[in-house]
Amino acid sequence: MMHAHLVRTTLLLFAICACVLVHPLAPPHAEGATPEEKGLQIARDTREKAKGFGNFTAEQSMVLRNKHGQESKRQLRVKVLETDGGGNKSLFVFDRPRDVRGTALLVHTHKNKNDDQWLYLPALKRVKRISSSNQSGSFMGSEFAYEDMGTQEVEKFTYRYLRDEPCGKLTCTVVERFPTNKRSGYRRQIVWQDKSELRAWKVQYFDRKNSHLKTLTLGNYKKYLGKYWQSQEMNMVNHLTGKSTVLRWNNYKFRTSLKDSEFTRTGLKRVR
Amino acid sequence: MPMRAAFHRAVLAAVAILAVFLIAGASHGAESIEHEFSGSLDVDGRWYPQTGAHPDQRAHVSGLAVEPKLHLESGGNWSFTVAPFFRYDGADSRRTRADLREAYLLMFGEAGDGEWELRLGVDRVFWGVTESQHLVDIINQTDLVEHPNKESKLGQPMAHLTWSAEWGILEFFALTYHRARTYPGLHGRLRSAIVIDDEHVTYESAAKEWRVDLAARYSHSFGPFDLGLSVFDGTSREPFVTPHFDERGALSLRQRYEPIFQVSVDAQLTLEAWLLKLEALHREGARNLLGMEEGYAAFVIGGEYTFNAVFGSAADLGLLVEWNYDERRERSNSEFQNDLFFAVRLGLNDAQSTEIIAGVLADADHSTRTMSFELRRRISDQWSMKLESIVFMDVGEEDIIYDTRRDSFVALNVTYNF
Repeated sequence: MMHAHLVRTTLLLFAICACVLVHPLAPPHAEGATPEEKGLQIARDTREKAKGFGNFTAEQSMVLRNKHGQESKRQLRVKVLETDGGGNKSLFVFDRPRDVRGTALLVHTHKNKNDDQWLYLPALKRVKRISSSNQSGSFMGSEFAYEDMGTQEVEKFTYRYLRDEPCGKLTCTVVERFPTNKRSGYRRQIVWQDKSELRAWKVQYFDRKNSHLKTLTLGNYKKYLGKYWQSQEMNMVNHLTGKSTVLRWNNYKFRTSLKDSEFTRTGLKRVR
Repeated sequence: MPMRAAFHRAVLAAVAILAVFLIAGASHGAESIEHEFSGSLDVDGRWYPQTGAHPDQRAHVSGLAVEPKLHLESGGNWSFTVAPFFRYDGADSRRTRADLREAYLLMFGEAGDGEWELRLGVDRVFWGVTESQHLVDIINQTDLVEHPNKESKLGQPMAHLTWSAEWGILEFFALTYHRARTYPGLHGRLRSAIVIDDEHVTYESAAKEWRVDLAARYSHSFGPFDLGLSVFDGTSREPFVTPHFDERGALSLRQRYEPIFQVSVDAQLTLEAWLLKLEALHREGARNLLGMEEGYAAFVIGGEYTFNAVFGSAADLGLLVEWNYDERRERSNSEFQNDLFFAVRLGLNDAQSTEIIAGVLADADHSTRTMSFELRRRISDQWSMKLESIVFMDVGEEDIIYDTRRDSFVALNVTYNF
């Protein structure tokens, strides 16, 4: 159903942005640790560096491309508010395609339990509580899935550090991670992050049969508030279908005057 | 059409007042007012394969609808929205009409630890959680001539105050004007044998359509549990239909509206892939099918389960079951007096957001089965389409929808969204 697609879209988009909010000053990793401990430490450091941004607004555009080169576009506005409890509140408003214009999704993410999600359908002025258990599968034909970046809570994977290797001019850590959620569509993922700033540059996804299903490349990083690195362009390629999706972030604004009351069901009905 | 004219005058007055307000506001800070124009243009055709059960009914209906929307906003603390609706129908003159769906001023601000919000003007409000019918949804009148699914609503003039905080959302409504339900005309389908009069509407209240109806609602989310408790004290949205003979002895059906008092609950439990839903109400003051006043309870209970990534694809498959019950049973003027609803929803999760919903409403007291099918698909960024069919099967003479037994249809909508 149309709203299920939207939900998955927005969740993963939020997940992606949470993922790449990284801090530049990573402490050195413990020496002499096991590959599992080393992998876990990198994940913890990454999460730690993403904290403290307060709130932001941004615009997203997406280009979906099939193997014949045909394109379709998505456009939405995003507002994210960091909360004290460790979760975030986020609001997504769709501008394109036009048939879902004004549709909005409110997500309250939680660390240790399922996220709460409400969808606003402007044609009926109806707010619907929807399930957040949906993990795998694409949305609206895009190559992203909800779990592709997870909510990036450290606990959602187990880790194994593989090696260090050059990535462009930088040096990257290569870490393998295994989803703990049984509903995940993946057996494992491999993540490349540079050692200096902990920015993710590449993620490979392997399906349940251990085939290399997709590759995400991230680029065009910009630094906000002097410490939060944000990728402006993400490209997901599906190796089995030949389809791809390019996701671009525009017009980031950090620490705006966002209020908690915008992230309620009443606030949800006010979006346009 | 005295009442319609009165409503139109009231609406015009409201719009004029708001326009003055806006111009005044604009003169203070014209540069800070943002506007947005959006809407849709819809072309539709409906085909009824069977000839009508009543004389003069047409077999094919086509037309178009326009719903533009203008939104003005300033400084983030107030906004004004106006959304008229126009439909032209080639067969049923009753379906050719204009309505003001929305024309309201919205203001909000902080109130202690929470927030207040005030909406003044014509607006639409939705209550409820279930899919087969919207039992507790009562603020707006149903625009029945638009679609038999009763999801289309007429704009309702109101003052709507919301106060929300950590403890939940509390809403108060003063509904300042009652709108009569729309019904198909002589050439239309999906109607009673005798056309329902839309001009001579009667009210039990001396204030008639100007009686101020009141409603209040409390809603909150407790973890995975969403709860809404509502009370409505006002003019019923469902008319009691009475036969009327004019001086020449011609028979017509007239709508009559009584004041009712209703308490209702709507709740949903969201557990992983399960959605469990309940809507229930108790209503006093309404007349039953026999024309007698009778207090009654009614409910819808059911759930929805979604399988993800079915058939080795990206598609989602949802299964829905709902039981609709009205304790008046044979005396009920609702077709949901004891009916089971089963539906399958398939979302392909493709670039066109293709979605198919197929359902059946099975009457547990009568032989009637109502099958429904809907296919929605996006054609391009601005164009979308919907193919739909409703099939009435084995409608018995005792059933309240007997008059529409030959009105199964197939419809195609093509929509341009801007």
